[in-house]
Amino acid sequence: MDRIADPWGERTPYGAGEEWPARVDTFLDEGLQPDDVDSWVQAASILHSNGDGLEIAVKDGRIVGVRGAAEDRVNHGRVDPKDLYGWQANNSPDRLTRPLLRREGELFEIDWETAMDALVAKSKELLDGPGGWGRFGFYTSGQIFLEDYYTLGVLGKAGLGTPHMDGNTRLCTATAGATLKASFGTDGQPGSYTDVDHCDALALWGHNVAETQTVLWMRMLDRRAGPDPPRMLAVDPRPTPVAMEADVHLAVRNGTNLALTNGLIRELIHNGWVDEEWVEAHTLGFEKLEETVDPYTPEKVAEICGVEAGQVREAAELLGTCERLFSTVLQGFYQSNQATAAGCGVNDIHLLRGMIGRPGAGLCQMNGQPTAQNTRETGANGDLPGFRNWDNESHIEELAELWNVEMLQVPHWAPPTHAMQIFRYAEQGSIELLWISATNPAVSLPELSRVREILAKKDLFVVVQDLFMTETAALADLVLPAATWGEKTGTFTNVDRTVHLSEKAVDPPREAKADLEIFLEYARRMDFRDKDGEPLIKWSDPEGAFEAWKECSRGRPCDYTGMTYEKLRRGPIQWPCNEEHPDGTERLYTDADFNTYPDFSETFGHDLTTGAAQTEEEHRAKEAEGRAFLHAIPYRPSPEVPSEEHPLLLTTGRTVFHFHTRTKTGRAPQLADAAPDVWVEIHPGDAAPLGIEEGDTVQVSSPRGAAVAKARLSGIRPGVVFLPFHYGSWDTDSARPRAANELTITAWDPVSKQPLFKVGAVRLDRVESGGGEPAPAPTNTASAPVGEGIPATVGGAAAEATSRVGG
Amino acid sequence: MQLAHYLGFLHRSQLDLAQAFREVGEGHAEEADIFHISGTLAKQCDAHAEKLHPFVERYGEEEAEEPDRLHSELFKGTREGPIGLLRDLHDLYLMAAEVDISWTLVAQAAQGARDSELLEAVEACEEETATQMAWLKSRMKEAAPQALVVA
Repeated sequence: MDRIADPWGERTPYGAGEEWPARVDTFLDEGLQPDDVDSWVQAASILHSNGDGLEIAVKDGRIVGVRGAAEDRVNHGRVDPKDLYGWQANNSPDRLTRPLLRREGELFEIDWETAMDALVAKSKELLDGPGGWGRFGFYTSGQIFLEDYYTLGVLGKAGLGTPHMDGNTRLCTATAGATLKASFGTDGQPGSYTDVDHCDALALWGHNVAETQTVLWMRMLDRRAGPDPPRMLAVDPRPTPVAMEADVHLAVRNGTNLALTNGLIRELIHNGWVDEEWVEAHTLGFEKLEETVDPYTPEKVAEICGVEAGQVREAAELLGTCERLFSTVLQGFYQSNQATAAGCGVNDIHLLRGMIGRPGAGLCQMNGQPTAQNTRETGANGDLPGFRNWDNESHIEELAELWNVEMLQVPHWAPPTHAMQIFRYAEQGSIELLWISATNPAVSLPELSRVREILAKKDLFVVVQDLFMTETAALADLVLPAATWGEKTGTFTNVDRTVHLSEKAVDPPREAKADLEIFLEYARRMDFRDKDGEPLIKWSDPEGAFEAWKECSRGRPCDYTGMTYEKLRRGPIQWPCNEEHPDGTERLYTDADFNTYPDFSETFGHDLTTGAAQTEEEHRAKEAEGRAFLHAIPYRPSPEVPSEEHPLLLTTGRTVFHFHTRTKTGRAPQLADAAPDVWVEIHPGDAAPLGIEEGDTVQVSSPRGAAVAKARLSGIRPGVVFLPFHYGSWDTDSARPRAANELTITAWDPVSKQPLFKVGAVRLDRVESGGGEPAPAPTNTASAPVGEGIPATVGGAAAEATSRVGG
Repeated sequence: MQLAHYLGFLHRSQLDLAQAFREVGEGHAEEADIFHISGTLAKQCDAHAEKLHPFVERYGEEEAEEPDRLHSELFKGTREGPIGLLRDLHDLYLMAAEVDISWTLVAQAAQGARDSELLEAVEACEEETATQMAWLKSRMKEAAPQALVVA
């Protein structure tokens, strides 16, 4: 089967409460059969967030393919097309294999000894004297492993003592964490993927699951094709495969999600679709919620969101009359206006209906990256390890005791510094060393002209740890070649709290080193010590790091203490896993006892309009005692709305064939060919007055910059244009800018600090004719053309994979 | 009856605070959160002033002789750099505190005057003022170590 032409593969329908049938997908190097493979090594998917169990095929010391793990609870053997083909990037000839140091403006190859000497000498110089901690910033990823993050977190927080640590998870799942904390007290998804097996209604909020987590979409499609399919609601301004499948599709104007959730909540209340007894027993804040949403009649919502009032009522009825509702939320909410408040709106809907903690009734505030959950858990981003509360002295005491350091050494005067602020400090010059691991901010942060200027600053020492010469690495002062998935061992956790062990299958290329090894070597050379003069970091390999992390997680919501590598070799486990739950935990809050106890919760709360932190006293005064918080604030328009000069709304996002800035997927020929270059999706009604036709070259400009792309006339909401964010400059000689983030605004949600990638005002200008050649956009996804006669996206013989139903 | 003075003072303080939020937001536009949130809070202050206006008019008819030195002029334009930002936020905090305590005193007076409409107006606004202070405090606490020890 050509999984480029059909990214989701064959349907295996099933009914409510039944086991999802297995279907094992395999792709091997040309000419190889499964019997030719020397060994199959346990791993999990790395090019999206779903957490699918995989096996890596190895022959002659090389990775030669992958197949799905039939027994895995997450995917039952299925493999996402990005994973089917993406492993080829591991073998790419342009991997970084030696460290590089900038001298007189140019990067030169050096050995590891020289590289670490340079890094440690610079670090010691900066750390010397008061406020040394404040000169360091760390910006990591959602794609390295739990053991890497935890080690990084300890060396940063207890070694250097800096709060300036964040991950690119800030761009992807910060709002997931923020809404879970705000509503339920701590991070941690209430639901489970198995809720798809039981639900009678599915609601996808700004979540194009068909392209972001294809295997989860296969599960949903299989239920939809089965005997008693769940009803389905989609909220998305684009005609995504999800929107096309849904019974109710609300193509809201981007930036207006909160008006929609307020309106839906109002309808639930007015129609008596609220489980009053449950709400009374298990939530706080109903009266304020009712008062806040009262003005949001379907007509008012229709006007703000640009949808029909009747559709709002239909959506509310779907949500209000089902018995088992499963919701997922993603970037359409997280990267948009009033992100945390709108995400909390979805939590509210579940709380009002008591749709939490039982089979089919649950929700997942989704993640965008394979290991984003671990970045949040271990505190390598703007959280503290083990979902601890920076404002709770006893939580800091626990960490100080665990690490055997003074409490004052662990920065907790304020929340850890968020990514946009780290870059701001670097811009102002107070951060002088910025260590970037496994991410590419020169393409992925908003307002790229500014980001490039910061990274290129002479007085900022930029360290980049990566696989390839990315756009960011090209601006670095020191480049450290890293090993990746398949070349190192470690664990990672998906959105439904499933922990997988991913084992080393092959050696990294030449001198490339595992991230953990690099962090450990740095800690050793910096000679970080605990209170007793012993080395601060007492482990030296992945399993040692995992064991150390288990202690840190003890008694917290993400309790890993019942797991071992040995146990994980027998299959994935959902946390919490401890003495009480040795086999893990499928769903949280089954007894509706939420993590809002002040001594346990991860936050004392925030004002959702400003992000102002609430105090411990204020939190205690609410006496939540295990009840969840209902939240609502009024809708406010986005910081940037269309104007005469910039009359259209921009949204940015992904296609199914690529991940992030294509460092891997752009090096897998089947994926690269499926979506080879940037495009811009435009509604024909917006294109016509500008004389723009399919395939024409168009300049998209905002007050901050411009990108040039081929026009794809699509069924997108009129007045909105879409740019995929995957395309930087590493694989093009053209001087024409093509990164979506040349245009995006520097602005973020006040609580989650997640940037607003999905609301900006732009204008279009036709540059030249495409001569009848269509845009290089996939035809079988949300970027499907409206015009006739455009050749369908196919992968051909090179993309031929096998798929065996039944395992 | 001296309530008119306090209402006038509070009304003017809200307008001053709105203006100061605008100036600080624009003066520190490179701090994106300061820029956007200050704009939102300036509008909140304007709305408070508008809500107070009918009461200023109503009690103004009974105005007695004006006591001295009720009006404060704390804010004298934005400063630059990380420490400048901290000082500007500090000024805003003190101005908001002045508004905050004024709401409390006006609410006390409204009870004495048996004016339930005024009491309702105060209740609608004072929580937002408290949140403005909480935001300023949060933001200053985040900024202080870097501005005062590192930069």
